[in-house]
Amino acid sequence: MADLIGADLATRTLPLAGFHGGSGAASLSAAAPATRLSLRAKPDAVSALSLALGLSLPTRPKTSASAHGRHALWLGPDEWLVIDENGADMMGAVASSGVLHSATDISHRNTAVIVRGRGAEVAINGGCPQDLSLGIFPVGACSRTVLGKAEVVLFRTAEDTFRVECWRSFAPYVSGLLNEAAEDAGN
Amino acid sequence: MLLIYCPYCEEERSELEFRQAGDAHIARPTNMTEMTDEEFEAFFFLRDNVKGLTYERWRHLNGCGRFFNAARDTVSDKFVTTYKAGLPKPDISTLRPATEATVETYEATESNAK
Repeated sequence: MADLIGADLATRTLPLAGFHGGSGAASLSAAAPATRLSLRAKPDAVSALSLALGLSLPTRPKTSASAHGRHALWLGPDEWLVIDENGADMMGAVASSGVLHSATDISHRNTAVIVRGRGAEVAINGGCPQDLSLGIFPVGACSRTVLGKAEVVLFRTAEDTFRVECWRSFAPYVSGLLNEAAEDAGN
Repeated sequence: MLLIYCPYCEEERSELEFRQAGDAHIARPTNMTEMTDEEFEAFFFLRDNVKGLTYERWRHLNGCGRFFNAARDTVSDKFVTTYKAGLPKPDISTLRPATEATVETYEATESNAK
């Protein structure tokens, strides 16, 4: 076995590390690392999984539930994206639920860009055809959709703030496209 | 841009989020091992390709991910209705497929374009 004393330890390079961009109307920044879960379950398992995760899994389209930095986003009738900004071990939590479900840790598959500012809607609409006006897409609304050629999950965390989740391999494209669109959104 | 109503998301979304997935309501044979090649060909490959109202499977691929069924007019590309997978065909008499007269042709809509 090789002697590791004095060896340089590998450091993890985050996708979009140090990324900042956008314009005065819509600023862009990389979201902090988070743990993420792709969760699928039938309706009869929802209450037990909600209990295990400490929040109520939403069952209405385009809605989310949040508690203590943990967000459960409705993606489909039996599918959720759960994000924990504190990096908690959610795989362990759902494993203790005792009900049939499918959970996959996708913490490192996804990364996120935070779009903030009065032009945030315009910036995202640069590549996404969904209606993001406050009446149709209120705070807390979420949706899997497209941004140009990439699939993203939109999550409105405040009136002027969106979290744009994308696969890490799409991160350069998504951040680049949002950067261009943010400049079009004005200063 | 075409808007398609997803019965699971309960709202209209851009066509960019959807993929067509072939004909709907195909009765799959239960005796596949006993079928002749001709019968299998008829079930597996042959489709009606109708002009007018047709029933198709669609998938909200970049949305909720669910398959659903749609009644669509192949002449006008208009969606007459969409409904959840597993539901029976909606009553055709209540659906109004587009006629030749209601189709938006290039000549009718773009003929003034220089």
